[in-house]
Amino acid sequence: MLTAIFSAMEAGFIYAIMALGVYLSFRILDFPDLTVDGSFVTGAAVAAVLIINGTNPFFASAAALGAGFIAGAVTGLLHTKGKINPLLSGILMMIALYSINLRIMGRSNVPLLQQETVMTIITEAWKKTGIDNVLNSVIAFSGFQPRTWAIFITMALLAVVVKLLLDLLLKTEIGLALRATGDNQPMVSSFSANTDWLIIFGLGLSNALVAFSGALVAQYGGFSDVGMGIGMIVIGLASVIIGEALFGTRSIVRATLAVIGGAIVYRIILALALRVQFLETGDVKLITAVIVMIALIVPNIAAMHKEKRRKKRKMEEQARGEHVAGAQTDYESI
Amino acid sequence: MLELKQITKVFNEGTVDEKVALQTINLTLAPGDFVTIIGSNGAGKSTMMNIISGRLFPDTGVVRINGKDVTAMKEHERARYIGRVFQDPLAGTAPHMTIEENLALAYNRTKRRTLKFGVTKQKRDFFRETLKTLHLGLENRLNAKVGMLSGGERQALSLLMATFTKPDLLLLDEHTAALDPARAALVTELTKEIVEKYQLTTLMVTHNMEQALRLGNRLIMMDRGQIIFEASGKEKQALTVERLLQEFQRIRGSQFASDRAVLG
Ligand SMILES: Nc1ncnc2c1ncn2[C@@H]1O[C@H](COP(=O)(O)OP(=O)(O)O)[C@@H](O)[C@H]1O
Ligand SMILES: [Mg+2]
Repeated sequence: MLTAIFSAMEAGFIYAIMALGVYLSFRILDFPDLTVDGSFVTGAAVAAVLIINGTNPFFASAAALGAGFIAGAVTGLLHTKGKINPLLSGILMMIALYSINLRIMGRSNVPLLQQETVMTIITEAWKKTGIDNVLNSVIAFSGFQPRTWAIFITMALLAVVVKLLLDLLLKTEIGLALRATGDNQPMVSSFSANTDWLIIFGLGLSNALVAFSGALVAQYGGFSDVGMGIGMIVIGLASVIIGEALFGTRSIVRATLAVIGGAIVYRIILALALRVQFLETGDVKLITAVIVMIALIVPNIAAMHKEKRRKKRKMEEQARGEHVAGAQTDYESI
Repeated sequence: MLELKQITKVFNEGTVDEKVALQTINLTLAPGDFVTIIGSNGAGKSTMMNIISGRLFPDTGVVRINGKDVTAMKEHERARYIGRVFQDPLAGTAPHMTIEENLALAYNRTKRRTLKFGVTKQKRDFFRETLKTLHLGLENRLNAKVGMLSGGERQALSLLMATFTKPDLLLLDEHTAALDPARAALVTELTKEIVEKYQLTTLMVTHNMEQALRLGNRLIMMDRGQIIFEASGKEKQALTVERLLQEFQRIRGSQFASDRAVLG
């Protein structure tokens, strides 16, 4: 049980970077970008192919980031310059990327098991620090001892660093224009900002994060597969929506933290669901869809109930008020 | 300052929905001119404003700002010269951003946007001072989301955002029409103050004839895509609402007559 939660959190931090990308397109730019399903794999494919050809894994991951930026920017171009609607731009790019990803990999699956990756390098370097011994003795009471804390902690730090950089960016002059573009696009043009370029840049950045996350997932899981991106957009949305519902959205700083939290909670829910005897690995997508449905529907139902209670209370107050008024007239008439 | 030459605009040309929105508009504004525009619904007032700002492009004709031909210049490029306030109080601000973030966005109208912080301490002080001139207490709510403000507050803020960077040209399109009378009066008063303070060259569309007479040094009346009446200086000061209505009747009447004459 604890082992399952531990690795769910590990994966959660890596997928959180993807979720931050989805947050940027869906929430900040208000652009439902489906490129994600393709660009996630593009990141994984670029990193995997570079690594098996002997490139430094860190450099390979950075290259994945760049490839994702290009993919997102093309979606942005399709929408702004090609005047194709947002959903369709993303879908077209997603489909196109499927073939491109196959081309990059040369086959449908590239294993990385024997390779040196970001994860193996970190784990090796970590061993020398002896931090594991300290942490393991702290949690000795639980009886749970993870193989290594290296990935858990470095990926948590990485997710937080990405979050902080995103927070900072959204506070800059360009960042404000980016946010305003998603909030009130015509107004942004009237203040001299080129919304076309802002959308292209924003989608580029969003997919850069998604592809970077894909590169890390490939190195974490030990393979890149052409099908690994299917439904990724829904997983990203699940993280954003769960995070927002649980941790709030009052400010950008809060919302991005919520997204990381959401990504982790999603992984934990999934891990726990898969422990149910009846459910199989193949059910993951169904479970994901159901999680998103619940996360979307429950707040609505809660709001409806609240509204009903409010009306009922009002009605009762009114009835009582009339009663009191009635009593008064009775009294006066006496 | 602003020059419109022979501007025409037809929507949906060649279809059953064809609509001549502007026909041969000529208008020249000198620096510091404050022109009020009145006219019936569908007269083409908003279309003219949109052509000046670059949101729409004319079929024929030339738009010049400061002597420069901007006819083909995109809206976001032309915005360097122009401040705008729209009829809809929701149109001029970003609701999910704070007051200071909105002001920071507007502050960059004439500057290249960079990766420097949008809101700095220095700018915040400046915003606070500028907001005080609205007398709405917004200077104490710099971190409030603009979506929380009332329509009047939002419109006053929009006006400030459009003007505090001193645009060469200010375009106001019925910017008080969606407000209740008290708020409308407030925003009108602010408009007058700001235009005078910065000596802005201004075009203001209004549905309120009394307001059109009281404000500005020039007045134009539009109908069916044309400027049908113009008054400035002393002539404008002498105008009354009754005179304007008579004038409108007379011109439209004579137009009808000439139409009939052609038909007959
Ligand atoms: N985008 C458009 N497409 C088609 N017709 C339009 C469009 N915009 C305005 N019109 C038409 O052009 C005419 C002038 O409109 P407008 O400039 O909005 O008038 P005003 O602002 O004076 O009320 C109207 O008849 C209107 O229906
Ligand atoms: Mg109009």
